[in-house]
Amino acid sequence: MNDVTGEAGRAAREPAEAAPRAGAPFAPPGAAERSAPPHAEVPSPRPRAAAGSTQGWKSSPLWNLTRMRMLGFLREPEAVFWVFAFPVLMALALGIAFRSQGPQKSRIGIEQGPRAAAIAAALRRSPDLELFTLAPEAARVALRRGRIGVLVRAADPGPPTLTYDPSRPETRLAYLAALDALERAAGRIDPLPVRADTQPRPGSRYIDFLIPGLIGLNLLGTGMWGVGFPVATARQQKLLKRLIATPMRRRDYLLSLMLARLVWLAFEVAAVLGFGIAVFGTIVRGSWLAFGLVTLIGALAFSSLGLLVVSRARTVEAVSGLMNVVMLPMWLLSGSFFSSERFPAFMQPLVQALPLTIVNNALRAIMNESATLAAVAVPLAVLGVWGIVCFALALRLFRWE
Amino acid sequence: MPAALTIPTAARPALYVRGLVKRYGQLAAVDGLDLEVMPGECFGLLGPNGAGKTTTIEILEGLMPASAGEVEVLGIRWREGRDLELRERLGIQLQETKLSDKFSVQETVELFRSFYARGPLPDEVIRRVALEEKRKTWVVKLSGGQRQRLSLACALVNAPDVLFLDEPTTGLDPQSRRQVWELVDDFRRQGGTTLLTTHYMDEAERLCDRVAIMDHGKIIALGTPAELIATLGAEHVVEFAVEGELELAAVERLPGVSQARSEAGRISLIVREPHVSIPALLDELSRRRTPLARLTTHHATLEDVFVSLTGRTLRDE
Repeated sequence: MNDVTGEAGRAAREPAEAAPRAGAPFAPPGAAERSAPPHAEVPSPRPRAAAGSTQGWKSSPLWNLTRMRMLGFLREPEAVFWVFAFPVLMALALGIAFRSQGPQKSRIGIEQGPRAAAIAAALRRSPDLELFTLAPEAARVALRRGRIGVLVRAADPGPPTLTYDPSRPETRLAYLAALDALERAAGRIDPLPVRADTQPRPGSRYIDFLIPGLIGLNLLGTGMWGVGFPVATARQQKLLKRLIATPMRRRDYLLSLMLARLVWLAFEVAAVLGFGIAVFGTIVRGSWLAFGLVTLIGALAFSSLGLLVVSRARTVEAVSGLMNVVMLPMWLLSGSFFSSERFPAFMQPLVQALPLTIVNNALRAIMNESATLAAVAVPLAVLGVWGIVCFALALRLFRWE
Repeated sequence: MPAALTIPTAARPALYVRGLVKRYGQLAAVDGLDLEVMPGECFGLLGPNGAGKTTTIEILEGLMPASAGEVEVLGIRWREGRDLELRERLGIQLQETKLSDKFSVQETVELFRSFYARGPLPDEVIRRVALEEKRKTWVVKLSGGQRQRLSLACALVNAPDVLFLDEPTTGLDPQSRRQVWELVDDFRRQGGTTLLTTHYMDEAERLCDRVAIMDHGKIIALGTPAELIATLGAEHVVEFAVEGELELAAVERLPGVSQARSEAGRISLIVREPHVSIPALLDELSRRRTPLARLTTHHATLEDVFVSLTGRTLRDE
């Protein structure tokens, strides 16, 4: 019933002076059967000028609502922490955990025996190997437990035996490295000499993958909580009910929540991105305009989604639960920490349609693959549709009391 | 002057309610209520919790639809396309709104003022409710009385024609209550119409031109406070308790007693002249050798009217 009131009220607002008395022409179907109002409209009993000394004070409700939302955010230290400090701390922790540790060494076991010393000498010439000389029983245990990747045995005359598990990449790598070292020591001449270029580059490291994902994740979290929490609180405290008892436009209230979000958006994205640039040397290779638009439209889409999630819930607790239901699949599926391509093909239509997947992939394309605005036009359009549909639904479903 | 403007405004009620019903499932919170409040009048809905006062006032405020009946506010019906126009002219204080803790008095008033096309300056409203010194103070740091005055300020920012107050002084200390009453008086002096709910009889007597006593969703008595008290047939109440038993019949025929009632060991008599009835009562008790445990007298109040109508006290529920 609220929607009807709001829509019709807004429509009738401008031509208020021209509106006929007692509202009969605006009456809904069925009103005609009711008796006509027995009383004419009651005019204001006193001149408006007497009511207040000044009528000139004018301030836009949308601006005031937005300003209050921004102040409200600044005055909640916890909220400030979650929006700014949390993603930076997360980037730091993950960046350290997954930092490039230089070339990894393969661990090779050598079984004790008469030829063990010679084999060790041959393998030691390769810098990529870490060698362990072990008794036969200990060697088998080490192999089984994965402490060594390959066991080299040369107890009897003839070629050495290399024992390894070919199904695991790192044992296969250890096998190839050991084989290579043994062949070279035996005098192999390489028919095709190659030069290896092993310099790591920004753009291809895990942290380069991670930073766009963290920005996306942060947009999701702050977008949804940034509108969900204030709405839930205001509804629980009956502030929403008090607000709709004024001529405030309902649309203005919902818009103000999203606008206030946008002001902080620039700062929170800058915090994560700036941290990545300063500490890990990440770079934005593609279009900055595209980067800005993806974060902007992405943030609006997430805020709309947040409004939709909170549109009916009566308590802060209910909102928390619903938020998690909506956000958890995106945390898992949308490729913030690892590539969403890992999920099987039948899940991909779902995974790729999630707004966070779209934001993450677009940000990665821009930051790491030099994507232009044109290259992310389709993802931007899909995000826009997410935002508009969710906002329209939220406006329709919203519970004001 | 055009003829339309010469119609006496007194002929048109500011609030008009006919046959109002609000049902929640099987329960009728409001059960066939009629009401007319004239412009400039301060009207009180009085009754215990659960009598349907808040439901009635919120339907008048356009915050919930009625199940049946007609409601007009300033001659306009809700949900017929003129809601925002009507809201411009109403001041509303809800029973349990909590304004945001971390906004200042000034910020809160400015926010509410911004929703209205007309009205006094925010500073002037703050001055009117005597919160100038708290202008920069966050809501969370205000006392209960200050919060209530801020809530009134939010209801007055548009210089409304009709002011709705739902239990404006519940839980306030006596001084804060008087401050709120003065604000309501000011509003009435400027010609505004007020509808308030309360379960404080003294508040209704002090503020209201007319009072409707509600119980179980219906109006059970309506009139000026003086008229309602006059229905008791006498103006004084003598309350007493005795040690041991006393039948009501023993005292209800004493000279000057118009009603007698017994409740939880306490007997109350409504009497025309205490100086006649009290000596008679004392004589009767000593004749029966029943010692008096306690005796008080007071002027009859709306509370006594409620008790006389329902057999219950207001605070029972």
